[in-house]
Amino acid sequence: MSETIVQAPARGNITAVPAIELPGAERKPITKKDISADHPTWCPGCGDFSVLALYFKLMEKRKMLHEKITTIAGIGCSSRFPYFVQAHGAHYIHGRSLPFSSGVSLTRPDLHVFVFGGDGDAFSIGGNHVNHTARKNIKMTYVIMDNWVYGLTKKQTSPTSPLGFKSKTDTWGAMDQPINPMKQLISAGATFVARATHTNPNHLLQMMEAAMDHDGFSVIECLSECVEFYEGAFDSSNPRKGGKFELVPATHDVTDENAAYALAAAPFPGHFGIFYKNNRPTKNANEAKINAAAMAKVAGKKDWEILQATFNRLK
Amino acid sequence: MSESTVTPPVSASPAKVSKVTEAVIRFAGNSQDGIQAIGGFLARLAGRSEQEVMTFMTIPSTISGGPSIFQVRIGSGEVLSAGDEADMLVAFYQHSYEDHIHSVRKGGIVLYDSDHVQVKPEWESEYRHVAVPISSRTIEAIGGTAKDKGKNLFTLGLVAKMFDLNLPKLERLITERFTGKDESVVKNAMMAFNAGYGFSLGNLFETFQFVESQKRDGHQVVMNGNEAMAYGLIAAGIRFGAAYPITPWSDIMELLRRELPKYGGTFVQCEDEIASISMAIGASWAGRVAVTGSSGPGISLKTEALGWAVMAEVPLVVCDIQRGGPSTGMPTSVEQSDLNIAVYGGHGDSPRVVLAPTSVEDCFYTAIEAVNIARKYSTPVVIISDQAIATRIEAFTEPNMEKVCQDISPDLTPVADYKPYPLNAPDGISPRIAPGTRIMSGKYPIATGLEHDEMGHPTGSPKLHTQMTARRRKKLQKLGSELPVPKIYGPPEGNILLVGWGSTEGPIREAVDRARAAGDSVSSVHIRHISPLPPGLENIFAGFNNVFVVEMNDEGLYGYGQLCGLLRARYCDPKIRGLTKTDGLTFRVREILDRAKANVAEGLRKM
Ligand SMILES: Cc1ncc(C[n+]2csc(CCOP(=O)(O)OP(=O)(O)O)c2C)c(N)n1
Ligand code: SF4
Ligand SMILES: [Mg+2]
Repeated sequence: MSETIVQAPARGNITAVPAIELPGAERKPITKKDISADHPTWCPGCGDFSVLALYFKLMEKRKMLHEKITTIAGIGCSSRFPYFVQAHGAHYIHGRSLPFSSGVSLTRPDLHVFVFGGDGDAFSIGGNHVNHTARKNIKMTYVIMDNWVYGLTKKQTSPTSPLGFKSKTDTWGAMDQPINPMKQLISAGATFVARATHTNPNHLLQMMEAAMDHDGFSVIECLSECVEFYEGAFDSSNPRKGGKFELVPATHDVTDENAAYALAAAPFPGHFGIFYKNNRPTKNANEAKINAAAMAKVAGKKDWEILQATFNRLK
Repeated sequence: MSESTVTPPVSASPAKVSKVTEAVIRFAGNSQDGIQAIGGFLARLAGRSEQEVMTFMTIPSTISGGPSIFQVRIGSGEVLSAGDEADMLVAFYQHSYEDHIHSVRKGGIVLYDSDHVQVKPEWESEYRHVAVPISSRTIEAIGGTAKDKGKNLFTLGLVAKMFDLNLPKLERLITERFTGKDESVVKNAMMAFNAGYGFSLGNLFETFQFVESQKRDGHQVVMNGNEAMAYGLIAAGIRFGAAYPITPWSDIMELLRRELPKYGGTFVQCEDEIASISMAIGASWAGRVAVTGSSGPGISLKTEALGWAVMAEVPLVVCDIQRGGPSTGMPTSVEQSDLNIAVYGGHGDSPRVVLAPTSVEDCFYTAIEAVNIARKYSTPVVIISDQAIATRIEAFTEPNMEKVCQDISPDLTPVADYKPYPLNAPDGISPRIAPGTRIMSGKYPIATGLEHDEMGHPTGSPKLHTQMTARRRKKLQKLGSELPVPKIYGPPEGNILLVGWGSTEGPIREAVDRARAAGDSVSSVHIRHISPLPPGLENIFAGFNNVFVVEMNDEGLYGYGQLCGLLRARYCDPKIRGLTKTDGLTFRVREILDRAKANVAEGLRKM
């Protein structure tokens, strides 16, 4: 996405973008300094720091125009993300960041929307929105910072908490079958599904960049340790802690849904990388097609003339 | 059913032609009989004839098989309500006949399908019964497999003949309605219509003719309130919406889904109402005011997100097409019981704007006003319409399209510096800028639901929470101070003032007319701006001994309806009292007058 030139004005839904006096090429590329805002309020050592650092890196690497960076989140520790990015952003309500972002994505083709949130935000209160955003294939990138616990509200069971995890709401250990994020996302119809971990920054950056380049709903489940309430949760995936970081096998066909599903069944720590990807048309594209056909029929007419024609039939 | 009930065609020419200024006709049958279509044709015809028209209809709660009625009042003068009593009932079935005969005035006409209806002898002296074998004559006219499917058009033909309606115009309307369909459809429709028109009613009674109506300026358009609201939103520049289906809101989303693509816009059907309002808020935040809507249950679901729009100061339009509540309530009945949720719904101090359209025409203009207020004050605006306005058809003067249509595309011109929530903003109003707008200072805003500082960053400061809460309130107080003072209908002083809101404007005004004609001192005022309230109401109330707030909701625990409670809280005036009902039906004129008189008689005892 080397989209540094502002897009031409378009009618209707597609926002008219006035020609900005400075074409992107003449501007100094943004730096991490330009786009960092408040010092993150996360606990020292929280996995979320590295996701933020890599987001900055990605924006830098892709020479994003400052004003085009759009960061949206729900509620949770991870969802505080937009405050730490010096750019247009929205901190919405718990679990509903995806429909909010869909409203942005569907009306502003000139923006690439990044959405951040936690496992509770994504799979509990927002579970159904994940399903429907996936099935509609609305263009955006969604990073789920999965810490297997509710961080912000201080250690309740999350929908990804493994069986036996002792939380404040399951003092004897979690008993409800946890959600398998990869399986859930694949079966919901997400068109880009990847898995990463905060302890492997290079790989996470790769995944974020691939997600950003995907034309559709791209989702990354990023393991992001909550050092406060679930310390050591992901040690077995971290070579520095004696664990194993295993990539998705090179032979895996990312367009094979069944193979992706099988890969997702591997016990923790499982695999990291792109599990599934397809190029099904986005809702953005489908709607644009409908609009192009509808607008062709009224070509040359001003909006008020179109409405006038409708009213002429209501007499 | 027997042959003998068929009226013998004694003579081809009717006995007598009476001039009338208006007629109220109620059609009663089942939902699959196409009764609503008869109403639609008559409404449209009246619109094209420059006659005032207003219709009233109920829709059955089941998709097919349920009873259905449609009442149309056509007049040469100003028509304010659908009429208390019908001049004529057209009854398709026994149940239609028995359930609705009492809606006919004594001496009125009962035209019934003699193939289905057995007349009750005791009613024959009170109403003029006219037997027409509607079903068999329709089958005869169309023949083949259509069975009695054209009954509605046959009936339309009958009515056209009885009321000397403009035949060429009606024929054109029928042809227009079925164009694009199979040719045989138009042919069958016309055959049924002509059979009805040609059916001889004998010389049993008179036919009618409307006196010439006054010429109005401009053309008339004919539509229902939901259509008017949807087109108003398009005129206002709305190009994105999201919703979940629910009666009676769905018509609006279906229309916008169909129409918006012509304008480059999109309407999304979401997985639920929370997603819908969230998507609309996201689109609004992205630069152009968007719309969501629902009825009762769906509005409840939207309240958390609505509070976010208040807090983040993102403009938004939310349409609530009220129906009977609480819970699933009475999905196809009218009620005005969502005023409280519209004004107060949600947690925390979350002031927002609430508007209530008073007629079909007003739905169109209220939609535009809502968009403009949302933009100017960076606030959500809730429009509370109701099932009665949503589904009734009215004719109104065509808007000047070129003038009312507006372009509200966001301006993405770079700005030097920007604070989304400035404390020193005049009257607390802070304009929005959209993502994609370059800010030369390099400091970008965050839209947030957490209490925040001027840039949108979270704060726990007691002082800031106080200041920001005040700012969100003040801007709406400013709006309130600028609203027009409502006009009184009738003299500014007197015994009784009827206060109304929403769809009751017509019957309330008619009640005023009727009371004054009888020598009673009654005036009315209708409130379109529910929150904030317009200025000057206290002066209006001061002119009257009694102020009755007429609304279709419950009198509540303390004896007042929902608007009444708001007005009492606002004006601390004990003479403001409630006049409410909860039968799921629109107010009849007589009902309002009787209740008002009883209230006066009861005096201030019930306070
Ligand atoms: C409607 C609603 N319900 C509950 C909450 C309280 N709440 C805030 S964050 C959260 C869970 C956070 O967990 P997760 O999404 O996993 O994010 P994390 O803090 O772990 O990053 C809850 C229950 C809320 N803000 N809103
Ligand atoms: S509580 Fe856990 S998730 Fe939240 S900031 Fe601290 S370490 Fe991170
Ligand atoms: Mg979590």
